[in-house]
Amino acid sequence: MAAATVLSAASRPAAAPDGILVVDNITKRFETPEGVVTAVDGVSLSVAPGEFVGVIGPSGCGKSTLFNIIGGLLDGYDGTVKVAGDLVRGPHPAIGMIFQEESTFPWRTVLDNVAFPLEIAGVAKRERYERARHFVSLVGLDGFERRYPAELSGGMRQRVSMARTLAAQPKILLMDEPFAALDEQTRLLLGDKVLQIQQELKQTTLIITHNITEAVQLSDRILVMTYRPGKLKRMIKIDLPRPRSSEIVSSEAFGRYVAQIWSDLREEASRGLRADEAAKLQHGGQP
Amino acid sequence: MSAQAITKARWFPGVLGFGSFIAAVLLIELLIRVGLINRFIVPLPSDIVLAFPRVVIEEHVLSRFVLTAAEAFSASILVTVFGVAGGVLLYQFRLLREATETWVAALAAAPLVLIYPLYMVIFGRNATTIVAMGFTAGVAPVTLKTLEGLAGTRRVLINVGRSFNLTPSQQFWKILFPAALPTIFVGMRLGLIFALINIVGVEFLINCGGLGQLINELAERYDLAGTYAAISFVILISICVFFLTERLERWLRPVE
Repeated sequence: MAAATVLSAASRPAAAPDGILVVDNITKRFETPEGVVTAVDGVSLSVAPGEFVGVIGPSGCGKSTLFNIIGGLLDGYDGTVKVAGDLVRGPHPAIGMIFQEESTFPWRTVLDNVAFPLEIAGVAKRERYERARHFVSLVGLDGFERRYPAELSGGMRQRVSMARTLAAQPKILLMDEPFAALDEQTRLLLGDKVLQIQQELKQTTLIITHNITEAVQLSDRILVMTYRPGKLKRMIKIDLPRPRSSEIVSSEAFGRYVAQIWSDLREEASRGLRADEAAKLQHGGQP
Repeated sequence: MSAQAITKARWFPGVLGFGSFIAAVLLIELLIRVGLINRFIVPLPSDIVLAFPRVVIEEHVLSRFVLTAAEAFSASILVTVFGVAGGVLLYQFRLLREATETWVAALAAAPLVLIYPLYMVIFGRNATTIVAMGFTAGVAPVTLKTLEGLAGTRRVLINVGRSFNLTPSQQFWKILFPAALPTIFVGMRLGLIFALINIVGVEFLINCGGLGQLINELAERYDLAGTYAAISFVILISICVFFLTERLERWLRPVE
């Protein structure tokens, strides 16, 4: 059933040779008081146009580092990131980012938040509000245009962030655990919204997450990362029918994918846990 | 909640505050009348109220109020412009920040009113000295709070700006500055209080017009009720300053 491919250092980039996003042999090291830490080691991946790819790994595997590198927010790494053949040297206009933390601007209304990238691009006021209204509607927030983020729930605020990023019409949507701060039910429902939007816009998407259910619910392919240093361990193709919804989580096939990914992740997550405990012991129990 | 309940909820805090103030004034009146508070130290609130017409007509309090308010307003503009600019400079240039932040903090805590003789030598015995004293006393808190607000901007908001390829100028005006505004306004309120205290204090010390001079004259005549009535006008300036800064903040950042 599940088509899984074990990835070696030589097997790069992971699938999609015609990728619109190609990450080639990325290695990132950080200097810390304890010495040099390799956060990401030789990661290669490729995402085809319209494809939804999930990257999953345990805490501390360098997922967010990878997100920042692909988004152009982090430099000083080995390897290359290319978008449609164009080398990424900083934030790239073709990449739209959705962050894990709450990132709406509290001083702007929902509509002004969503219109933000259009305002920066110099789009005329009337047109940018028209376009912003379309994206507000797309994420299901009709009627909330004049509200401020403080008046919305966490899930609604995250949808505002999503609409704001989509309003810039990026070729690639890059999401870093966008629903990590939300409860499981809201997370599943927002997953439905993401699937619906992806279906409608044919949006190429790379999601970075530690949530197995979320990864399987949304992705066409899942890349499993090892604990530090973060390497790609396995690629799993998710052959679940589209269009999907959160109802799929109760299917047998879904359960098998979740079990398979967990069997890959368990070993890595255990390593991470042991490393964290050892670090705490070394620091006299101090976090 | 019914419309009546909403209206009640909206007005209740204000009514409670005003009612508490009136109750406190009545209590003081009572304590003075029964002799628990010495009326030669604290005048009767009713005497203070009766002193208002006298202070307004005989002591020309309105022109003095306008002078002190104008000095406070001038100092406020200077404090805001230079304080915010100073905070931005300290934020932008790390070396400058590390070299001077402690000094700026020390300046904020220092009893700067003591340097008024120096300013009198430089500017003369006039309103310029008073405005300069207000500015000197108020600029440091605004600088420090502006720096704190800018430095405290959440990393993710800066990253959102970077992900949209904002220029440094856009990053500042569209993200850093609005994010820092609540903290900047805290600094402004502190700075304007410091400025007002020093303005009235120096007017008092150098006997150079305004409400400070009037308070000094009334105190020397041992006109306690008149002195407190004049002090009420200083409080009125303070209320005006708070009201204006609050309105300005709400206009710049409608909802927090």
